[in-house]
Amino acid sequence: MTMDKLSAFEYAPAPESRSVVDIAPSYGLFIDGEFTDAADGRVFKTVSPSTEEVLSEVARAGAEDIDRAVGAARRAFATWSALPGSERAKYLFRIARIIQERSREFAVLETLDNGKPIRETRDADLPLVAAHFFYYAGWADKLGHAGYGPDPRPLGVAGQVIPWNFPLLMLAWKIAPALATGNTVVLKPAETTPLSALFFADVCRRAGLPKGVVNIVPGYGDAGAALVAHPDVNKVAFTGSTAVGKAIAREVAGTDKKLTLELGGKGANIVFDDAPLDQAVEGIVGGIFFNQGQVCCAGSRLLVQESVHDELLDALKRRLSTLRLGDPLDKNTDIGAINSAEQLARITALAETGEAEGAERWTAPCALPSAGYWFAPTLFTHVTQAHTIAREEIFGPVLSVLTFRTPDEAVAKANNSQYGLSAGIWTEKGSRILAVAGKLRAGVVWANTFNKFDPASPFGGYKESGFGREGGRHGLEAYLDV
Amino acid sequence: MSEPTRLSVFKTYKLYVGGRFPRSESGRVYEVTRATSAAGAAAKGKSRSKGEGGGEWLANAPLSSRKDARDAVVAARKAFGGWSGATAYNRGQVLYRVAEMLQGRREQFVREVADAEGLSRSGAGAVVDAAIDRWVWYAGWTDKIGQIAGGANPVAGPYLNLSTPEPTGVVTVLAPQESSFLGLVSVIAPAIATGNTVVAVASERAPLPALSLGEVLATSDVPGGVVNILSGRTAEIAAPLAAHQDVNAIDLTGAAAQLAAELEVAAADNLKRVLRPRAEDWTADPGTDRLTAFLETKTVWHPTGSLGASGSAY
Amino acid sequence: MPTTAPAFADATSSDSALRRFLHGLPGVDPVGLEARAASLGTRSIKATAKAYAIDLAISMIDLTTLEGADTPGKVRALAAKAVHPDPTDRTTPATAAVCVYPDMAATARAALAGTDVKVASVATAFPAGRAALDVKLADTRDAVEAGADEIDMVIDRGAFLAGGYLKVFEEIRAVKEASGPARLKVIFETGELSTYDNIRRASWLGMMAGADFIKTSTGKVAVNATPASTLLMLEAVRDFRAQTGVQVGVKPAGGIRTSKDAVKFLVLVNETAGRDWLDNHWFRFGASSLLNDLLMQRQKLATGRYSGPDYVTVD
Repeated sequence: MTMDKLSAFEYAPAPESRSVVDIAPSYGLFIDGEFTDAADGRVFKTVSPSTEEVLSEVARAGAEDIDRAVGAARRAFATWSALPGSERAKYLFRIARIIQERSREFAVLETLDNGKPIRETRDADLPLVAAHFFYYAGWADKLGHAGYGPDPRPLGVAGQVIPWNFPLLMLAWKIAPALATGNTVVLKPAETTPLSALFFADVCRRAGLPKGVVNIVPGYGDAGAALVAHPDVNKVAFTGSTAVGKAIAREVAGTDKKLTLELGGKGANIVFDDAPLDQAVEGIVGGIFFNQGQVCCAGSRLLVQESVHDELLDALKRRLSTLRLGDPLDKNTDIGAINSAEQLARITALAETGEAEGAERWTAPCALPSAGYWFAPTLFTHVTQAHTIAREEIFGPVLSVLTFRTPDEAVAKANNSQYGLSAGIWTEKGSRILAVAGKLRAGVVWANTFNKFDPASPFGGYKESGFGREGGRHGLEAYLDV
Repeated sequence: MSEPTRLSVFKTYKLYVGGRFPRSESGRVYEVTRATSAAGAAAKGKSRSKGEGGGEWLANAPLSSRKDARDAVVAARKAFGGWSGATAYNRGQVLYRVAEMLQGRREQFVREVADAEGLSRSGAGAVVDAAIDRWVWYAGWTDKIGQIAGGANPVAGPYLNLSTPEPTGVVTVLAPQESSFLGLVSVIAPAIATGNTVVAVASERAPLPALSLGEVLATSDVPGGVVNILSGRTAEIAAPLAAHQDVNAIDLTGAAAQLAAELEVAAADNLKRVLRPRAEDWTADPGTDRLTAFLETKTVWHPTGSLGASGSAY
Repeated sequence: MPTTAPAFADATSSDSALRRFLHGLPGVDPVGLEARAASLGTRSIKATAKAYAIDLAISMIDLTTLEGADTPGKVRALAAKAVHPDPTDRTTPATAAVCVYPDMAATARAALAGTDVKVASVATAFPAGRAALDVKLADTRDAVEAGADEIDMVIDRGAFLAGGYLKVFEEIRAVKEASGPARLKVIFETGELSTYDNIRRASWLGMMAGADFIKTSTGKVAVNATPASTLLMLEAVRDFRAQTGVQVGVKPAGGIRTSKDAVKFLVLVNETAGRDWLDNHWFRFGASSLLNDLLMQRQKLATGRYSGPDYVTVD
């Protein structure tokens, strides 16, 4: 043999081509079917988190623009809501199909703007986006069968504010049910990830969606606040931090605005000693390192039965050592960039708090690129309920490992949180799964799996993780006058 | 020679907290007077103070303090595990038992409701009958709402995906001010039918039917703490309840617009589920709105394997 | 008889002890296992990595002919191909072994004399394994005496499925002894074991009994090597070495026909057992048609144009 048998199986770079997406140097707000400048002419730059390269310059919406967008949505509402459901359905089916056709373009765009690996945008985000529109398209002419009365009515104008962690998927979660039920939409994407929403505006035009039904207004928190506070908005939907969610709840108090909130979490991933360990390791890794841990339902607390702690941790560290961190456009990259310098700083600070409070830090051995925002997969052992990193949402690739002795103790620790979004259970004993799942105060429980999503599956939290459900038949309620 | 007229025994109205009948921790009471007519009751509203309006004195009611509210939350939280963990069939039987007990004490409630709401005897009778029937309606819902509000979701993958409604937890209910009994029953029964526990603040002006309901609940197999009933100034009691971090939801039905807005702001501190006040017709078909208002949806995923076809094993 | 590692002396002391041990291994969630295998299957192996993987895969092939119609001529042709898979390019690595029935072992031995290519022989009443132990042992000794470097035995699936773990264990030990210096590959016929839990148990049973390799299948049943079952066996050898210090090889066999598939299996090896198994001493492909596809891909990498079946040999 001519090859060096001792060399490792080094994967050569396998970058997805950027040429599939054409990013313009600047983008406007999408209001009433047209791209326009902001009223005050302000713009902001959006950068690629993996390189800090400026991708484009985007108009920054202010209160005046929000007012104009809400006005457009209001004017469009009468016609849109009066359309037969079967016609609204066809628009949504068109959107789903166009997204499927353009999914590679969107995947590359999302990876560039967000920093997440192309294998996730390609294999998770985009398929779920198309599926979500396809799913809710089918509801548009069947609302009378959804359990909300024979002829449930839309609310009007929906003001929607979405986060940067799954930019296009969160857009789909918001817009698809809103349009299916006959509402019109003003959506504000996050300031660090505006591009896929603006490309979606183009999809709406290609689909022939009537003007004003969907309006996209990129901007900062002030734009979101203006949208939430706008008197002609009938429905507010927000996905983001619990702190902002509470502020929004106060803002809409005393109004008739219907509110749904999908907020933070500190998901407990509970591993019993009879778990399918190899699959549990995969579930733990997927639970906290999917999308660099920037996932509200992340399994950020590992609760492991003390009797298998050492064995599981050895396996986990071995597995984490195989994670490939780097160029998000490389098809073999498992861990991409953190979305922003600000988020990186927050993750860094919380990890330092973990160390300062005495938890034991372990970091996967991997080199970090010199440009961009990066954080190596990290886990903390010897964490207790009292540690900050066991209570606060880190929203990054940092796993806190705690132990328990009995199922009761596992449930008590899992529920000992202000949050209640997700949880995981790993055991081969069916009755234990059902018993523990029944006791967990969390909106989504994954048993012997983790971080699975589907448009037919309701998603949302208990307690301070928010209220209302997105997905499934349940997801219609947020946009109907019921 | 005629017999001397027998002196009747007055009733001391007490709170109902944790299955017991305490006086207010404050040691204070307020006067409750007879409403002159239904229209009059509506016009006088809920903020009238003691003695105002000049109606005939009926009884004193406890003037609950924030500590009474706190105690009621503790009792409701303590009861939540057992009540939410009871079978739906069991909860249905307990609710039906409430209807049975009420039926037996119909005359008492007809009198109290007539006094409270200024209704004729027959008018009050219709209200009490409707309230009894409401318990029966919700008794039948306990083991059906899970099938209506939950179910299997056809996800695109090898998973069983099941959504189940679960009670939100401790619910504060500000009972309607005007409909002191039917309205009260209409807001409490759906909340507990699904397994929540309740801290109810009775109609401020007409709390007596609510306080008497506590006596019925206590003899109806409803575990102590599942329903707790406070009387007093709605605004005073509601404020600490809306801000309480161990209360999961608040029904603002009995709050006027300004108070409701303030309470909703306070409720945001721990993101309570809020049911805003709205126009209500307590005699109408109640539907399922109030059952689903205080339910969470839990969705559980579990992998399924195939049975060995096409190379897949299980 | 070879001695059992002391760590397992208790576990193999009785049928019930062995059952308790094997059933105490962590369970396997099939959906999670298959998802992991599929996920690793999406690795994109390009350029230098692909060249490396193709040559490595060629070097790992047990070039196999196991037909009733096998003749000395067929075996000699196969042996020639094993030594020089691509006559137009002498930099092409040889395959690891030629795999034949016992009665063809001597022919293969003669044809491969003076090369590094091993002679592997199936034995133990391959493929069904339905024969008396004496017959299986005689079959094994014949193959070794005829010059086999490696013995590919089949386990008694009937005994395994009936819970006769100790019988299977003792039989493997006996064959191991009969194999003498030859390395022993133990075939489980994973398609017949049906469940992943069974495959994990069989893997440990085989390794405890002294297997040098654990092998998925005979190639003679409907379900042969799958990425998931191979991943599971790679986890088993990884864990076994961690526990005992003894390294055991893995051989998926049957159904692997394309370079793309082979590279996916190498990714499984790389990211599960690790680089220590990326060597034909520790990982093999039981295959025949795979070789030509690898050769065509190799030609494509060398020339930049796609090759065709007329440019590789049909032996």
